[in-house]
Amino acid sequence: MTAPVLPDLSGHFGRYGGRFVPEALVRALDELDAAYRSAKTDPEFQAEFQDLLLNYAGVPSLLYPAKRLSAKAGAEILLKREDLNHTGAHKVRNVLGQALLAKRMGKPRVIAETGAGQHGVASATAAALLDLECVVYMGEMDTQRQALNVARMRMLGATVIPVTNGSRTLKDALNEALRDWVASVDSTHYLLGTAAGPHPFPEIVRDFVGGIGVEARAQCLDQIGRLPDVVAACVGGGSNAIGIFHAFVPDEEVRLYGFEAGGDGVETGRHAASITGGSSGVLHGARTYVLQDDDGQTLESHSISAGLDYPGVGPEHAWLHDTGRAEYQPVTDAEAMAAFQLLCRTEGIIPAIESAHALAGALRIIPEITAEIGRKPTIVVNLSGRGDKDVHTAGAYFGILDEVETLVPGEQE
Amino acid sequence: MSISEIFGKARAEQRAVLVGCMPAGFPTVDDSIASMIAMHRAGCDVIEVELPYSDPVMDGPVIQKASDIALAAGVRTRDTLRIIEAVASAGAPVVLMTYWNPIEKYGVNAFARDLAATGATGMITPDLIPDEAEEWIAASEEHKIDRTFLVSPSSTDERIAMTVANCRGFVYATALMGVTGARTAVSRQAPDLVDRVRHADRDMPVGVGLGVGNGKQAAQVAAFADGVIVGSALIRCVLDAPDRETGLSRLRALSAELAEGVRNPEK
Repeated sequence: MTAPVLPDLSGHFGRYGGRFVPEALVRALDELDAAYRSAKTDPEFQAEFQDLLLNYAGVPSLLYPAKRLSAKAGAEILLKREDLNHTGAHKVRNVLGQALLAKRMGKPRVIAETGAGQHGVASATAAALLDLECVVYMGEMDTQRQALNVARMRMLGATVIPVTNGSRTLKDALNEALRDWVASVDSTHYLLGTAAGPHPFPEIVRDFVGGIGVEARAQCLDQIGRLPDVVAACVGGGSNAIGIFHAFVPDEEVRLYGFEAGGDGVETGRHAASITGGSSGVLHGARTYVLQDDDGQTLESHSISAGLDYPGVGPEHAWLHDTGRAEYQPVTDAEAMAAFQLLCRTEGIIPAIESAHALAGALRIIPEITAEIGRKPTIVVNLSGRGDKDVHTAGAYFGILDEVETLVPGEQE
Repeated sequence: MSISEIFGKARAEQRAVLVGCMPAGFPTVDDSIASMIAMHRAGCDVIEVELPYSDPVMDGPVIQKASDIALAAGVRTRDTLRIIEAVASAGAPVVLMTYWNPIEKYGVNAFARDLAATGATGMITPDLIPDEAEEWIAASEEHKIDRTFLVSPSSTDERIAMTVANCRGFVYATALMGVTGARTAVSRQAPDLVDRVRHADRDMPVGVGLGVGNGKQAAQVAAFADGVIVGSALIRCVLDAPDRETGLSRLRALSAELAEGVRNPEK
């Protein structure tokens, strides 16, 4: 049986995806689609992309057998170390690909939305490297919470525009980027940060980050001689998850698990779990799962992890969920932070809080998978980013910031 | 009166139709009804009711702010239908402008049915293109709601032809590449876009929106379009007013000025 090639030509994954956008953007999306089709089969473009990944971004990332963690967990855990990439996350793959595409289309300016600032920093990085003008929209709440990332983007030469309307967070930054794009499509590429939005973005982003899964699959075969039993990733918009899932989708024996941000618990209503706690709707250009009220108004999401704090999800995940090929579960802030601490202490790796959700979910399912297959499972966890950006949040969560502050000299009376 | 009758009548009078936009429930349900009726009586031929939405990507700061105020005051989809019913029964022809998700959530066919029951004649969908509109086209045919899709200066001739073929009543031409909001000058791209629509369909009335804010601009647009659509400038009358009465009187004054403009096309 061969699976259908998705998305279809109009960008649909089953009933999800598509284009729910103002007509003004259709031409730009068509041009992007055409440019991407030609780049995809152009050996020169692909060689340039691979060269940047290899020699600039530090890709392929390691697949690291986490021995101490595995011993504690009762499973063989392999960490796909995307945290070791330049700029500290899987996102560099997407921004390099799209920035090259912008150059190919002759567009001198890129715009991006950012939540915590990771995609903004990555976009500013790629723009600096490839000599593009870069404007980043960021919710005003987030510019205050993530002042260091604002400084990083500015150091890299980007203009950061705080967004003061709506809830002043990621979703409003995305709205504002779309409004900019409607007015600037001739000169501007919208460097969308996740595998969501109108067609062809979900496909383009998936393909640019798809190396994660291709590498992990080959590395796993090389290291242990077979495929893993489980591949686990965190899901906000869903780019790191689709990046590692995609190569494994045809391997039916490999279970795919996406862990959404459960915040205080899906039952509390304070979460960002669009698939497990939301319903089908249209947001930011695509039909997908959305956190919404009875009137279809978008609800505010909540998560300790800024990178997962988004009320929608990429349409391919909606489809993988409905078809049952991937399973999605929520992971609470508390579960994620416990896994965060465990990884710090057993492996000397400070993960992004996003990635800690993937680890926490993986740890939780070990008993049931073990029972199902009758042996210790092998689990590949996508460690999608490093935790440097989260030191303040985690420090506050664990109550260790005060200790740190008293160690800082020079402020004595 | 149906939308095509209104455009037909205006054509006979050699003038353009004035469409005035106001978000439902801004700043309250009752105030928005009063505003819309005042706009109609002062010269807006058609009232475009905008359903407030949390993520209005086609809208500039004025409509965003008005929508936020309405939503914060708790306006619901059912309130919007109630508002339309009140305005339509006061004698104003009403079209609804709405982003797509609230309709999908309500149920597409049920919404078309309930919208038709309010007396509204049509619906404008800024983020639904005909390519994704199969369900809406079927529901709007069944319940006899005119469909207005948007065309833009960036639309290819093929897309203009396809979009116009899917419209009933009138087509909405966005005058410039950008979001809603009054501009200091009328877009130079608009006449060309209207020409291209006429080339695709000589008879489909074309309403031009985005950037029109005063009587002079209305007269300029009336010279080449069948309809002049004004939103942000009217909403500002209410948004910036110190009290309700001042808001209504500014709204009446601007509606009258715009109505004068569409009757004196600047040739």
